[in-house]
Amino acid sequence: MTRLGIDFCGATLEALGSGALFWPAERLLVVSDLHLGKSARLAAQGGALLPPYEGRETLLRLERDLEATGARRVVCLGDSFDAAGIDLLLPEEDRLWIARLQAGRDWMWIEGNHDPGPVSLGGTHLAELDLGGLVLRHIAKPGARGEVSGHYHPKARLVLRGGRVISRACFLVDEARLLMPAYGAYTGGLRTDSPALAGLMEAGARAILTGAVPLAIPMPR
Amino acid sequence: MLFLGRRAPIYEACPTCPSLLTSGSPRVAGACTRTSVPCWRGAGAPALLLIAPTGGGKTLAGFLPTLAELTETPRTGLHTLYVSPLKALAADIRRNLLIPIEEAGLPIRVEDRTGDTSSSRKRRQRAHPPHILLTTPESLALLTSYEDAPRIFAGLQRVVVDEIHALAESKRGDQLMLALARLQRLCPGLRRVGLSATVEDPQAIARLLARHPDPCEIVEADPGPEPDISMLHTEAAPPWSGGGAAHAIPAVLEQVRRHRTTLIFHNTRAQAEIFFHKLWLANEEALPIGIHHGSLDRGQREKVEAAMVRGDLRAIVCTGSLDLGIDWGDVDLVIQIGAPKNVKRLVQRIGRANHRYNAPSKALLVPANRFEVVECLAALEAVRARDLDGERRGSGPRDVLCQHILIAACAGPFEADALYAEMTTAGAYAGLSRAAFDDCLMFCATGGYALRAYDQWQRLKQREDGLWQLRDPRSAARIRQNIGTIQDSDTLKVRYRGRGGAPLGEIEEGFAAQLTRGDTFLIGGQIVRYEGLREMVVQVSRDAHRKPKIATFMGTKFATSTQLSERILRLFQQEDWPGLPEHTADWLHLQREVSRLPQPGRLLIESFPHDGREQLVVYGFAGRNAMQTLGLLLTKRMEEEGLAPMGFVATDYAVLIWGLDAIIDPGPLFDLAALEAGLEGWLAGNAVMKRTFRASATIAGLIERNIGGQRKTGRQATMSSDILYDTLVKYDPDHLLLQITREEAMRGLVDFARIREMCQRVEGRIDLVRLARLSPLSAPLFLEPGRVPIRGSAEARLLEEEVGALLREAGLWEIGA
Repeated sequence: MTRLGIDFCGATLEALGSGALFWPAERLLVVSDLHLGKSARLAAQGGALLPPYEGRETLLRLERDLEATGARRVVCLGDSFDAAGIDLLLPEEDRLWIARLQAGRDWMWIEGNHDPGPVSLGGTHLAELDLGGLVLRHIAKPGARGEVSGHYHPKARLVLRGGRVISRACFLVDEARLLMPAYGAYTGGLRTDSPALAGLMEAGARAILTGAVPLAIPMPR
Repeated sequence: MLFLGRRAPIYEACPTCPSLLTSGSPRVAGACTRTSVPCWRGAGAPALLLIAPTGGGKTLAGFLPTLAELTETPRTGLHTLYVSPLKALAADIRRNLLIPIEEAGLPIRVEDRTGDTSSSRKRRQRAHPPHILLTTPESLALLTSYEDAPRIFAGLQRVVVDEIHALAESKRGDQLMLALARLQRLCPGLRRVGLSATVEDPQAIARLLARHPDPCEIVEADPGPEPDISMLHTEAAPPWSGGGAAHAIPAVLEQVRRHRTTLIFHNTRAQAEIFFHKLWLANEEALPIGIHHGSLDRGQREKVEAAMVRGDLRAIVCTGSLDLGIDWGDVDLVIQIGAPKNVKRLVQRIGRANHRYNAPSKALLVPANRFEVVECLAALEAVRARDLDGERRGSGPRDVLCQHILIAACAGPFEADALYAEMTTAGAYAGLSRAAFDDCLMFCATGGYALRAYDQWQRLKQREDGLWQLRDPRSAARIRQNIGTIQDSDTLKVRYRGRGGAPLGEIEEGFAAQLTRGDTFLIGGQIVRYEGLREMVVQVSRDAHRKPKIATFMGTKFATSTQLSERILRLFQQEDWPGLPEHTADWLHLQREVSRLPQPGRLLIESFPHDGREQLVVYGFAGRNAMQTLGLLLTKRMEEEGLAPMGFVATDYAVLIWGLDAIIDPGPLFDLAALEAGLEGWLAGNAVMKRTFRASATIAGLIERNIGGQRKTGRQATMSSDILYDTLVKYDPDHLLLQITREEAMRGLVDFARIREMCQRVEGRIDLVRLARLSPLSAPLFLEPGRVPIRGSAEARLLEEEVGALLREAGLWEIGA
């Protein structure tokens, strides 16, 4: 998988086309907003029964990224689970799969707004993580520097020559912060020109589009 | 007659009419027309289909037995249910029924119930149903979903389905007939009456209407005199391509001047808007002209309708929104702009202009471009020959079935056997196998996935006594919110900026997304300036000076029917074309000289260099959707053969493909088996399939349009349905919804059936004509919008190009390089 290098607050990071972020110096892979168990949560609430395959889809992608990068540490940057306690309802197959991925790796669950409590699966549960001059947390804090966060599910919309419109999940990065795209299969997105994102990012911010090849463009506002 | 007032009652009162009715109200007496007599005779039949031309007064005829029965035997409770495809029609019929009922002092309560009815009123209606309830298929489906449905419908005697020909063409009709099957079980003596405009196959409608396998009486009223229909002569020749018909504005205005009220029909809303705008600019005498289409705000539409009924308007620019229902006063001319695409619809539209039942309807066709001149001539001949066309509908779609199962579950616990037996009494589902029904039931209950993930969270659960019921009773509310089969494209309301400005109408979200501040577009005949989006409402301001960007309302793009296409091919075979204007006849002569004219039973292909590319034109005459699919499949085959196609554009009659290499031997490209094999692979990742999936998944209840009253924005809906589709294709390719999607696409947007038909008609008789330059018949294709670039590496190249340009512009070359 092609990666795109990002120099961010003194750290050399790599954005993956899948939406994961790799930090080679720390052998650390960061993924955000997996929203595992979303279909189960909706079903439990008496709603539609969505295809129960988003766990497989998300974990398959994660497994490939772990193999490709050789990461020894994994940070799931919050909203890893779609609702508190939903980890208990995941198909046994998916729970075993996560355990397999965790074997031999240092695994950290950062808490998100959807999954504030500790989880039944292995790994450490943290509010946030300070590491090598960066801080990793779920929701961006005003005025923070060197912060890697998730939560917003940013996506960029681009009109190509001839009028074709594409919309892709993206990283957003400026001098102070880096926002992660949602990694989970069943996740919608917030457009980069929405007030929440436009207000958060500095003027020179870039968007890195996910896809077969990650591509950097000025953040569409 | 009743609905028009102005229309003279031309038939004497019918002898079987109860004197009570005829003496009480002169209007009711007047309504006893030739069309109503058979209604009386058939009043006791379990099913009766009345076919009469538009404006024949058939609606009242449908009600006469009800009025008589209720007068002779006064009672409480629901007696007759009236279902129409339009909300407006239900309200209008109520007003019109009340007049004679009050005049004659009949003790009959009439109420309508649609999406616009207030909830307090709806509650009252459930507690104390009126004698006559006027409603729509969706509101009826909702009514049947209540636990007290048996009480609401107790004593129901008759159901009148108005405009059944229109309902028969869509899933709304399928849903309605499933609801009637339910009602029939509640009220075994229920009698059904269908009212239909002229159709090509009354038997098909009758099968839909009657309880299977009951017989259905069919009564066809006198079709009336031959319509007076011709092509409008214009000073200027129509352009080579496009659909605006701007050249015809002066001639159309002249016709408006000469007639009392003219309806000017268009095939799409966008064309109606543009035409109205231009007509208004040319309207120096300020003749009162209005516009009416489905994207306009309801209030705006009602104003136009009221003005029309009062006779205040000289012309109304409209779309299919005026195809149905209300008889609009004194219309004495119908103008159809653009080729009608379908003869049956044309005939129904023409019927809008018979202001007197015994006078001929007058209509003018205005071809919007040169090819449509030929198509209009073919349509004229078909109307004169009373040769109506129609696409055969297959068996009832299963997504509607799934929704019906969920509706049944809302009403209370049900027995699978009984529900299956009930459903198969609906004509469209008569052939439904038990296995197919069980698949649908399983889908509703568990999601029907190969991975059985929802044992704990089933939507429907089977109880110990064998009955099925909702696991969570609260889900009934969500199911009810999503009842219906209408797939309106996602639209946003448009308002003037400022204190809750008046709503102007709606535009498609996809169109709104392209707008940036300062862009202008047309809506309701006015040019407005886009100011921004606030709380999902498009804010605009007035702007009279700019040239508008074109509003791309979705507007249905009809495909030219098979029958009409064949007529055009036959017309090409004539020696000369005295029926055509000279400019068009000359064009065809030149084509014959330079190349050939397409023939029935053969497939003409032209190949020539143009514009630095090799061009291939396939005159398939299979209708827009099928030609679009053919373009996609052919370019795919060409790519496999290394023939480097670069793009294509399709119309109703031809597909133009451009690429790097000339085609020498087209035969292998048209191998049906290879095309079909290509279809399978191509379909999976195709946008058409995703759109079709989204529609079926919404109907079947997998995607919820409305959650807790909050409508999801189209953007989110688009995204999640595409992801669901991709996930299913990958992990559960045999899933019921993918089966349904394939079925739907094959007969809908993909229309592969017509490609198959074309290949079988041609049987390998392919004529390849190599030319030095483009041919007269192909020339308009080069002006056609909607060119499709071949996907794959092309899109990646375009994206790189765009990224490069953006980076250069921003001085960011170093990043990511």
